[in-house]
Amino acid sequence: MSYRYTINNHVYRFNGLKDLLAKASPHRSGDVLAGVAAATYQELVAAQIALSNVYLKNFLNEAIIPYEFDDVTRLIIDSHDAQAFGMISHLTVGGFRDWLLRDDVDEVVLRHIALGVTPEMAAAVSKLMRNQDLIAVASKCRVITRFRNTIGLKGHFSTRLQPNHPTDDARGITASIIDGLLYGSGDAVIGINPATDSPAVTANLLNLVDELRQRFDIPVQSCVLNHVTTTIGLMENGAPVDLCFQSIGGTELTNKSFGINIKIIEEAYEAALALNRGTIGQNVMYFETGQGSALSANANHGADQQTCEARAYAIARKFNPLLVNTVVGFIGPEYLYDGKQIIRAALEDHFCGKLLGLPMGVDICYTNHAEADQDDMDNLLTLLGIAGCNFIMGIPGSDDIMLNYQSTSFHDALYIRKMLGLKPAPEFEAWLLKHDIIDDKGMLISDSRNRLLKAANL
Amino acid sequence: MSDDLYKQNLWDKLKKFTSARIAIGRTGSSIPVHNSLEFKLAHAHARDAVYSRLDVDKLNSELTRFNLPVLNISSRASYREQYLQRPDLGRRTDDVSNEILQANKGKYDIVIVIADGLSATAINQNMIDFLASVIPMFKAAKMQLAPICLVEQGRVAIGDDIGAALNARLSLILIGERPGLSAADSMGAYITFSPKQGLTDDSRNCVSNIRPQGLPIHMAAEKIFYLIRQAFRKQLSGVQLKDDSDERYFP
Repeated sequence: MSYRYTINNHVYRFNGLKDLLAKASPHRSGDVLAGVAAATYQELVAAQIALSNVYLKNFLNEAIIPYEFDDVTRLIIDSHDAQAFGMISHLTVGGFRDWLLRDDVDEVVLRHIALGVTPEMAAAVSKLMRNQDLIAVASKCRVITRFRNTIGLKGHFSTRLQPNHPTDDARGITASIIDGLLYGSGDAVIGINPATDSPAVTANLLNLVDELRQRFDIPVQSCVLNHVTTTIGLMENGAPVDLCFQSIGGTELTNKSFGINIKIIEEAYEAALALNRGTIGQNVMYFETGQGSALSANANHGADQQTCEARAYAIARKFNPLLVNTVVGFIGPEYLYDGKQIIRAALEDHFCGKLLGLPMGVDICYTNHAEADQDDMDNLLTLLGIAGCNFIMGIPGSDDIMLNYQSTSFHDALYIRKMLGLKPAPEFEAWLLKHDIIDDKGMLISDSRNRLLKAANL
Repeated sequence: MSDDLYKQNLWDKLKKFTSARIAIGRTGSSIPVHNSLEFKLAHAHARDAVYSRLDVDKLNSELTRFNLPVLNISSRASYREQYLQRPDLGRRTDDVSNEILQANKGKYDIVIVIADGLSATAINQNMIDFLASVIPMFKAAKMQLAPICLVEQGRVAIGDDIGAALNARLSLILIGERPGLSAADSMGAYITFSPKQGLTDDSRNCVSNIRPQGLPIHMAAEKIFYLIRQAFRKQLSGVQLKDDSDERYFP
């Protein structure tokens, strides 16, 4: 179906929802690179006005990527909850934006409609929202998940401790883990990106973190971020796998380029559930995403990168993940050029994920060839703290020496917790208190004569 | 408790195990000024490297020692901001360059392509020493060398256009790698057998992190020479061409 809008006698035509969504996307380099972006500011707003008049129902009848060709589309359509959709089925995209901002649309209502919202509806409405709208609505959503602690509670803010090392050196990784724990980091997960995909190296790292966790009785979960097929093999061989990790994309072809499909993830999910390692919950999956991955795999089918990103969340929510992390600035300036584009994309991803019912965290990050610096990350961190983001990364001094990019530091997490009065996951907070790492006001104890250091004999 | 103590972590001893920025102390909850500025300086080096330019005059004059013609080539990306946002343009030679290349078409074994990539600094600092190490190996092996191509605003795949236009059996691209906070001067080398437009990264072999504090230049030269001989022997490059010298580490 074709859409149109006229401004000053200029008729803008949009060839279907896919084209309309792309032209209505706030400007970013990746959509220009893909050749799908609006050519002028006026065309962009014409597309947004045309989009605001489209009924949400249309999204159930007009697939962005054909049902026959794409298993993500099939998942989206086949898992759509018509009953949950009932409350919003009469709305246009513009009407949906106004409805989401209403005071009587609260956490309970938003949870009720989550399964009635498709990724494309979420992407569409986000394109009509300003940054403050994305923050305001996301902050109303609560998505709470559990494994050995509770993540996503109101008033709490967690971190993934990311202790990477360029050669996976066990002592180097341990040093960064201890550093992070002593700064109160790691309640979302202690998650290591391995330098190789070697099962033997990964098994060593898993055992290392597991022993540390048991020795100090830390209520956290660990993960080595291997390819999911490597993790399946490790689980078969009895390695202590808490969470299964996988990067996912919003089209079947993107996932094919990652060497996965929905069936493989299903297999990993079942295997991780069967291990039954969670003490207070069984959210066993950890997914990462990021705008631009579909185009980078030449698998975007002419769709804009933010719509492709939102489609990846359909896969995530099928598997009740503990954590979903959009690694927003990692992909580089050909997809998100500068701080402004990175900040916008992060707020969109966080909003879309939360609206769809996902435990969203954000890797607030940039590479050295992007027009961004730590000031942009401070801005984004502050915005995401207000938006109720579940977790961010904690990396020694913001500098990942293995992946060669900059993210947020242990100190950054302390800053946002202090500014907004946020606490770590309650179980982890109790552990930090018990080990004299923080005091009852949540402040770090300055002389650090805590039991962890004493036991480590430093 | 004195302020100084906040800034010193009691776990300083762990620093010897990693180059990660651990035990950097704190003031309040924040990073102390010394470490904050140290980080900014590392980022400044990386940013300056991204925007650095090939020192074309100096490189042209230094390249004369190899007694090979030098062709000055440009990609279709005309300035750095465009280069950063349009990798597709950095992969193609522009019209003027195409004419230069056509005029030099011949029958060569290897074309050496030198491109700024994401750090011209890496090329300005490492390239001449590297060529001084590797070109004698090519000559001793009686390999026929094409004119050296010096490319501004180039990406790795521009070696495909160049190799095909000059009619070279193999292209060796030396290119500045994306700067990290720890190193802004890393040079990468990519080997492509039978270069032609439309190849992807799985048809290349890469030797990375070439710099004095990384993979030393003479070791990189030997590794690359070995890979190139293997590529000619097996008539291919990429995932099917293993660096056997490394294989013993993965039994």
